[in-house]
Amino acid sequence: MGTGLAAAGFVLAVTFGAFARTEGWGVLAPIVCSLVVFSGSAQFALATALAGGGGVPTAVAAAALINGRFLPMGVAVAKDLRGGRIRRALEGQAVVDGSWVAAHLGGGRFDRYKLFGATVVQWPAWVAGTALGVVVAPPENLVESLGLDLVFPAFFLLLLLDELRGSRAARGAAALGACLAAALVVWVPVGLALLGASAAALLGLRKGLIPRDTRRDTKRDTKEAS
Amino acid sequence: MVNQAHLWWAIICVALISFAFKAVGPAVLADRQLPAAARGVIALLAPVLLAGLLVVDMGGPRWTALNGPLLIGLATVAAVRLSRAPMLLAILAGTTVTALIRLVWG
Repeated sequence: MGTGLAAAGFVLAVTFGAFARTEGWGVLAPIVCSLVVFSGSAQFALATALAGGGGVPTAVAAAALINGRFLPMGVAVAKDLRGGRIRRALEGQAVVDGSWVAAHLGGGRFDRYKLFGATVVQWPAWVAGTALGVVVAPPENLVESLGLDLVFPAFFLLLLLDELRGSRAARGAAALGACLAAALVVWVPVGLALLGASAAALLGLRKGLIPRDTRRDTKRDTKEAS
Repeated sequence: MVNQAHLWWAIICVALISFAFKAVGPAVLADRQLPAAARGVIALLAPVLLAGLLVVDMGGPRWTALNGPLLIGLATVAAVRLSRAPMLLAILAGTTVTALIRLVWG
């Protein structure tokens, strides 16, 4: 899974590198950006906003709104990370879309090592792809011509199908989340729409809808605590 | 052309904000035992965010990125996967169909 995500990320990163180069970012800035930001959607938002003459505050706000999804994602993995607050904050940096979904075990639990493993593979691929894009600058439509822009949504779909299998609560919440995202994206930036869509998870407050895996965890944790 | 000083400031700001977003949840919650209701919410975050990611990825801002060949490719991925094929095969089928449709329809 990590390798597949890394391959998809590599291709996307090549397009980012090429796009940034054509927008006058030079050679070093796109590579450093991929190294320290490591978020395709935020980087594209940043580059697009700067290219549109929106200024630094607008560009930073656009990227920040898109990365707002890392807040609920970080909350979700918090329980499965280790150590004190600082170490957990550092371990939380492994959260990126692909790794987060690949590490999800179901019922709100995450495989910490899978999270790290998937990120460790994707990060260098993302930076290397950017570097290649900066140097080679392939035509913008190459990714689309090869149908490679399908790879990320396809991964999300496949993982969603797995999540929905056998959980009525997950199906209801996912349907509501999709509807909220679909409506919100008309009015607000993509990142904010995703944050708003995460409100659908509040369905988990309804007693009868708590997924089976979580009820099992609750019983186990109660036993351990006692 | 982008002003280089502005560009570097923007990159630094976005990197710091992203770091903070990823750090807040794990640092604040630490190993605190959450009530069952909160766990129920967290358990549903994955399917909800996946569904949301899928929708915004396909639709884009204000639904401007909606793309016919991409939708057909995605339907192919779902159909192949539901016929119990491996994930990578499903994705390969989807990308091939998407590329072929674009090649034929221009």
